[in-house]
Amino acid sequence: MLEVRDLHAYYGKSHILQGVDLDVKPGEIVSLLGRNGVGRSTTIKAIMGEVEPQGSIRFKDQEIAGMKSHAIARLGLGYVPENRDIFPTLTVRQNLLLGQKGTRNAARWSMEDMFKLFPNLRERADTPGGVLSGGEQQMLTMCRTLMGDPDLVMVDEPTEGLAPQLVEKVAELLNEIAGRGLSILLVEQKLTIALKISARVYVMGHGEIVFEGTPDDLKNNESVRQEWLEV
Amino acid sequence: MEVFLFSMFNGVLYGMLLFMLASGLTLIFSLMGVLNFAHASFFMLGAYFAYQISKYVGFWPALVFAPLLVGVVGAAVERYGLRPVHRFGHVAELLFTFGLAFVMEEVIQMIWGKVPVPYDVPAALNFAAFTWRGLDYSAYRLFMLVVSVGIFVALFLFIAKTRVGLMIQAALSHPQMVQSLGHDVPTIFMWTFGFGCALAGIAGVIGGNVLGTEPAMAITLGPIVFVVIVIGGLGSLWGALIAALFIGIMDNMAISYDIALFPIFAMFGVEREAEGIMRDLVDLTTGGIAPVLPYLLLVLMLIFRPRGLFGTRDV
Repeated sequence: MLEVRDLHAYYGKSHILQGVDLDVKPGEIVSLLGRNGVGRSTTIKAIMGEVEPQGSIRFKDQEIAGMKSHAIARLGLGYVPENRDIFPTLTVRQNLLLGQKGTRNAARWSMEDMFKLFPNLRERADTPGGVLSGGEQQMLTMCRTLMGDPDLVMVDEPTEGLAPQLVEKVAELLNEIAGRGLSILLVEQKLTIALKISARVYVMGHGEIVFEGTPDDLKNNESVRQEWLEV
Repeated sequence: MEVFLFSMFNGVLYGMLLFMLASGLTLIFSLMGVLNFAHASFFMLGAYFAYQISKYVGFWPALVFAPLLVGVVGAAVERYGLRPVHRFGHVAELLFTFGLAFVMEEVIQMIWGKVPVPYDVPAALNFAAFTWRGLDYSAYRLFMLVVSVGIFVALFLFIAKTRVGLMIQAALSHPQMVQSLGHDVPTIFMWTFGFGCALAGIAGVIGGNVLGTEPAMAITLGPIVFVVIVIGGLGSLWGALIAALFIGIMDNMAISYDIALFPIFAMFGVEREAEGIMRDLVDLTTGGIAPVLPYLLLVLMLIFRPRGLFGTRDV
């Protein structure tokens, strides 16, 4: 579904990504782990076309490196950014509507599905997105991206700053998404939900992939965890 | 009383005309960060297009087609002029629009000459709508008022209710996110720029025949439009509306009532028989200082409240 080969990216003169290779297969949950500043977010921004990529990025057998991000989104790639980017003056409902790419409605997800998953959002459907709590905003951001009916969703640190019950809720939602046949590329700093729900995990360090394996492989690999993950 | 009512009418009318320019300018600024110095030139272009079109097929087709043409010219300017300049930063964009204003003025002079063109009020509306205590109020002015209020209502509904309007609102805060959701933001920018120019064009069509259609009309009105958006608060449509109405009414009241300012100067010890420099102050009236009042307001606003009435960021 997604094949990234020898991906490089720069911020000004600093060489942030130094040859990243990763794959996500259909229906698979894959996690990209690592400490802050190693290039995890830059990797998905480069895939999304928000940061200029060098190298090869193939999505559904099509080269997307160099395409504009709206065109990439229209191919079925969804992106849930770390800073959430809720449209603050628009209501919850309007935020969700803008997640749809067109007005034709043949998507896997309807607004009703979103409201069933998160009754909170139904209650606040006509509230401006800017006044929601952090947790509600996170749910809204994920739902908004799902409304665009992506085949692969890249989620950047969805559990950051959330209460433990909400972290569970996020894990549930990600499983539910994968259950409908979507692929997920999850970016996380903490291992908590990543090890529970992922089929495979990558660990990043200094702009490169330093480990690739199953969650069990990572659990058994003390040195990788110590060198690249634990604080 | 009739003087008050008539200058109120005219003030609201002038204010609505200013709003048609200011709304586009402030929308373009808040969406794209571009302060379009050439904005009033699109107002002028609207007047000249309307003159040319109405010469052949009459005023009513001109009312529709002149703004559309201006909108297309505006969109083309964004696509082939501003967009390539964008990567060099906002200063480059500002200089680009600054130069564009002069280029447009020069081109208009080359085509239509330096003297005003005879773009007149359409005959069908050239009569007194009502007469009150001996004063006529022209039907065309009433028509201008109806058109400008109609445009204002349509603009607000468009921004608040349509899908494209929602995208524009969303792109105000998070353009990158709107794009990541699969919406073509550069194209939205292009048409918003064109749409803002078309609004200025409508003001040119309905205002050009009253204010006079000549190559200096952009330079005359342009600075006041900037005053409006600074006072209203950059990026705020409501602010632009209130500031435009305020300046329109203030201007008309100052001229109609023409109150002597001597009592104010007297408080500072200026005598009625003053000589020399002070001589000029004695005869000063509100009508005399009306042209400078908006700029005075601009200066005071920048000193005491740089973000304007409803702005969310400093100028």
